[in-house]
Amino acid sequence: MNELTADVLVAGGGPAGAWAAVKAAEAGARVVLADKGYLGTSGATASAGTGVWYVEPEPEARETAMASREGLGGHLADREWMARVLDQTYANMNELAEISKYPFPVGEDGRQIRRGLQGPEYMRRMRVRVRRAGVRVLDHSPVTELLADGSGAVAGAAGYHLRDDRPFSVRAGAVVLATGGCAFLSKALGCDVDTGDGALFAAEAGAELSGMEFSNAYAIAPAFTSVTKTAFYSFATFYRSDGSVLEGAGSRRGRSVIARTLLSEPVLCRIDRATPEQQRAMRLAQANFFLPFDRQGIDPFTDLFPVTLLAEGTVRGTGGIRIAGADCSTTVPGLFAAGDAATRELICGGFTGGGSHNAAWAMSSGTWAGRGAARYAAGLGGRAAARPVRALGEAGVRPSGPAAGGHAEYVAAVQAEVLPYDKNLLRTGDRLGAALASLDGTWRELRGTLREDGAGVVRARSAAAMAAHARWMYNAALARTETRGMHKRLDLPEQDPAQRRRLVTGGLDEVWTRPETGALAVAS
Amino acid sequence: MIEIVSRDRCISCDKCIAVCPTNVFDRGEDGIPVLARRDDCQTCFMCEAYCPVDALFVDPRSHPLPEPPDEAALAAGGLLGSYRERIGWGRGRTPGARFAVGPSLDRAGAPLTS
Repeated sequence: MNELTADVLVAGGGPAGAWAAVKAAEAGARVVLADKGYLGTSGATASAGTGVWYVEPEPEARETAMASREGLGGHLADREWMARVLDQTYANMNELAEISKYPFPVGEDGRQIRRGLQGPEYMRRMRVRVRRAGVRVLDHSPVTELLADGSGAVAGAAGYHLRDDRPFSVRAGAVVLATGGCAFLSKALGCDVDTGDGALFAAEAGAELSGMEFSNAYAIAPAFTSVTKTAFYSFATFYRSDGSVLEGAGSRRGRSVIARTLLSEPVLCRIDRATPEQQRAMRLAQANFFLPFDRQGIDPFTDLFPVTLLAEGTVRGTGGIRIAGADCSTTVPGLFAAGDAATRELICGGFTGGGSHNAAWAMSSGTWAGRGAARYAAGLGGRAAARPVRALGEAGVRPSGPAAGGHAEYVAAVQAEVLPYDKNLLRTGDRLGAALASLDGTWRELRGTLREDGAGVVRARSAAAMAAHARWMYNAALARTETRGMHKRLDLPEQDPAQRRRLVTGGLDEVWTRPETGALAVAS
Repeated sequence: MIEIVSRDRCISCDKCIAVCPTNVFDRGEDGIPVLARRDDCQTCFMCEAYCPVDALFVDPRSHPLPEPPDEAALAAGGLLGSYRERIGWGRGRTPGARFAVGPSLDRAGAPLTS
């Protein structure tokens, strides 16, 4: 066992974790960052690249930015949170330019265009900055459970060094969960590290989730590939295999038409509405978008190619760990959440803002969580590492009965309920209810027996996290008896004004959902 | 999914072992990385981006091919290292980020920048 101590432990090395580590270190904390993969390549951002919700601090531009998606999100977002995310994102993007020398493109007016980031470039530079800040980085070292003191305050975490094949623990004053959302190992670009682990850890510590019904994001990808870059499909036409146009299909509002058709027949696509100039710009803007085409000899502008929809769950959905304070604290002392692990309802409501809002949220919430965790840890004085602690992990690490393996079967059982379009995207009460009953059965079984030794603990815990995530999703989706945001109930297609409130979900063996009461104050 | 680790090109720098986010590679006995956990490959192309000698090839299909593609043909077609070249990584290249300005998605909108 490798035993470490820190003021702040950051779990997760995507953008939210990287910013949290930098800002905690700048606030004077000793910081350890542990990532499941490698800080710099891990997560949905590093391999993909993203727009950023970056808006100049001009009142009119800010107003337009905030107003633009409120309706889509079902009016569940919060103006104060949007405003502070816009402020923080503006500051962090400027830091990227000035401190990290990020090579932003330059516009005709000679000014840098700071509305997007190329994932590999962004995260390579964030790794440099994290290490320069003095953070101890543990790559290939997934956290597997939290530690708590006698009062229930989070006091560190345990995990596993995959490359050294040995466990580790970090006794810490505070923990930031920046472990990403949950895409259920769907092979969506860069998302297989995102199995919802942090939400499981948080729930075991007693934290709540919010917005879990907004978890049915699906991205368009060329069939059999991983490249889920959906934006350019707004220049596409979709076809049936007989060559006729699939009416109503589109990347923005027509995705359910694609899903419904894919249930019974292939859907073909051609990006045939882009001018040559636009085609050239696409190649410059998203190099990875073209890999599936160039490497299979397809010209996407003239050839028809089959497409699929890949589940992005809560990576692109907006549900996650509920935020209880302006510093991204949770309802559990010592525990903070950032990025896709946390709910993004505060700025998006019930409909994804796409990569743009998620990227802004990651850098903003990471900044606040890092500073908040550093402040909390400093408030403990020297006591943090002296506290007696206990490990909180249950499902997948401490089964209630005799231990057995089988994580792969559990993963398959969860995927069978959350990946199919006719269950998760095209939702009805009956289908959600049947899927939830099956998932509850899977949970009972794995809770009773699942444990795997050595590095197997990581896969067992990920399987448990996915099962928990799926149950929270469908429990909340059944509780929201209306259509709002991305949560579309075919049996309840109208928006119900009485349900304009967020839903809070929690629990493990018994899952519950209740309406949120009281507004979330920003002032701290 | 990762299909090729070129024995001819690999310089045994271990970079791919370090950067793979899903820990697919182990060091082989002869120093050339082996695909120890290939099923975990998520087809994210990051190993290719970091390989300094363009020794890796990730096929865009997220399942293994029945036969690995022909390395010489890939090299001749300019596909070994093509992603690294596109993102402008490597000595003497300009980062692709510098040119990453896409088309506007609607007539009134700003150009897409990722």
